[in-house]
Amino acid sequence: MNALTQRFAFYLLTLVALPSVHAQMAVVIDQGADNPIRIAVVPFTDLADASERERISDIVSRDLVRSGQFSPLAVTDMLSLPRSQDEVFFRDWRISAVDYLVIGDVQRTTAGDLVANWSLIDVLGERVLWQGQVIGGESKRRDIAHRISDVVYESITGVEGAFSTKLLYVLVQDAGTSRVNYRLELADADGARAVTLLESNEPILSPSFSPDASSVVFVWFQGGRSGIYQQWIASGEQRLLARFQGINTSPVFSPDGTRLALVSSRDGNPEIYTLDLSNPSSDASLVRLTRHQAIDTEPDWLADGSGIVFTSDRGGQPQIYLYDFSSVRPERLTFQGDYNTRARSMPTGDHIAFIHRIDNRYHLAIKDLARDPITILTETALDESPAVAPNAAMLIYATKQGNQGILAVVSTDGAVKYRLPSAIGDVREPAWSPQLAPVVRTVEAGAE
Amino acid sequence: MGNPLDPSTGAPLSRVFYFDYDEAIISRDDLDVLALHAVFLQENRNVRAVLEGHCDERGTRDYNLALGERRAMAVSSFLVSSGTGASQIESVSYGEERPANPNSSEAAWAQNRRVEIVY
Repeated sequence: MNALTQRFAFYLLTLVALPSVHAQMAVVIDQGADNPIRIAVVPFTDLADASERERISDIVSRDLVRSGQFSPLAVTDMLSLPRSQDEVFFRDWRISAVDYLVIGDVQRTTAGDLVANWSLIDVLGERVLWQGQVIGGESKRRDIAHRISDVVYESITGVEGAFSTKLLYVLVQDAGTSRVNYRLELADADGARAVTLLESNEPILSPSFSPDASSVVFVWFQGGRSGIYQQWIASGEQRLLARFQGINTSPVFSPDGTRLALVSSRDGNPEIYTLDLSNPSSDASLVRLTRHQAIDTEPDWLADGSGIVFTSDRGGQPQIYLYDFSSVRPERLTFQGDYNTRARSMPTGDHIAFIHRIDNRYHLAIKDLARDPITILTETALDESPAVAPNAAMLIYATKQGNQGILAVVSTDGAVKYRLPSAIGDVREPAWSPQLAPVVRTVEAGAE
Repeated sequence: MGNPLDPSTGAPLSRVFYFDYDEAIISRDDLDVLALHAVFLQENRNVRAVLEGHCDERGTRDYNLALGERRAMAVSSFLVSSGTGASQIESVSYGEERPANPNSSEAAWAQNRRVEIVY
């Protein structure tokens, strides 16, 4: 066993120029809310001369469509195209049965920054809900658009938007062949701007973000055996955290970022451990939580850090259990069905999302922590790896479309569904970032 | 490197052993062949073998990693109890990461729930 010598080796990942082969995911909406909010995003006059595809108002419109809660009016159905508040004729929008209006323009400052001057207007109340500017560098066009979408979404629904967040996932090409290639990828929440964090011929799985989103942890079979690695996004610096005898899987940061929950079978069979990240090399930093000859795996922290949900087949079939740090006793949470696995704790703290088998189909389901029943959210049959948006409104998961692995998204209430089919390869193992520090400036001018 | 042969036929011994869904119980039909692998390993103490545990794609990946390990451990336990030196074998689980057949069908899944002995 050279695990101890390898375990704490720090090294820099050589950032070679990777071929720009990414998942290139499209968005296919399958189902929207029953009564979507009618909104019109009037094309922004773009004095910064964007290509049609990257027009900020188009990105905003696509964001709102993807949320499933909005039904933007087609530009060709707009009776007028106001660029400023004094050009708005409310009658035009009432005739079109539009409830809300987004108008604006994009200018470039002499310093080269892009400035979106825009307003959100309540048509029925004939009042401005938000007006101001979102400002960012030339490369921040998409970030400006997602920020506008966040403001629109929150102003109207009262729920924080998640359009400026990122996704982490694994892209696999030539699966099932000797040429198999794994890429750990980071992309915008709409699948755009993917970058490769790690490429390997050995399996990569179970990626997740640190709470500050500066680093990711994942399982990598480098050298043919599973190990748990941490990699910083900006620098590419990487370290090995655990590579004990047996399997090393399921790393998840504690909500305060000081510890990992992980799974190791170093003591003979898979058990849940925590690892103190302030001194990961010390054996005292590794604390075993479960003691059972069954499989214990797939841990996730409750939002308040008071406990860890996990999968165990200690009752004969895999079910979800909760390990509470104060009672130190696992308590079973799922009783419906004979296969419930990979629970993710909702940020609201009171629900879990997990994979539930019924009639030999594997669906994404959700339930209250304390009581049944469960609610099945999907019709797809081979679902796995659920992850939750930081605003708790959406869940992303991996499923299959024919023989291709794809990502799909469903709202927590099951009303909104869309898929992210990739032009190439199999896409799997999604993780949704926390809310990120803003990379654009938002200046609210104050509503009237 | 090892290349164990069936003493009665002279053909190479089968090195792939299949499992039922969510099970890690060795098939009764495989016990004779596994016993011959154990004899081979006993007679060749310098030979090492890796037991690779695999699963079909259904269910979650991390649970399947654990299940693949359980299958590899089942074969490992049988070989050790049949006289193989524990230091001669290593168990590795790939879960559902390395399917023998990448399709989504009952036939493909049956080919993927397996332990491979790699000498």
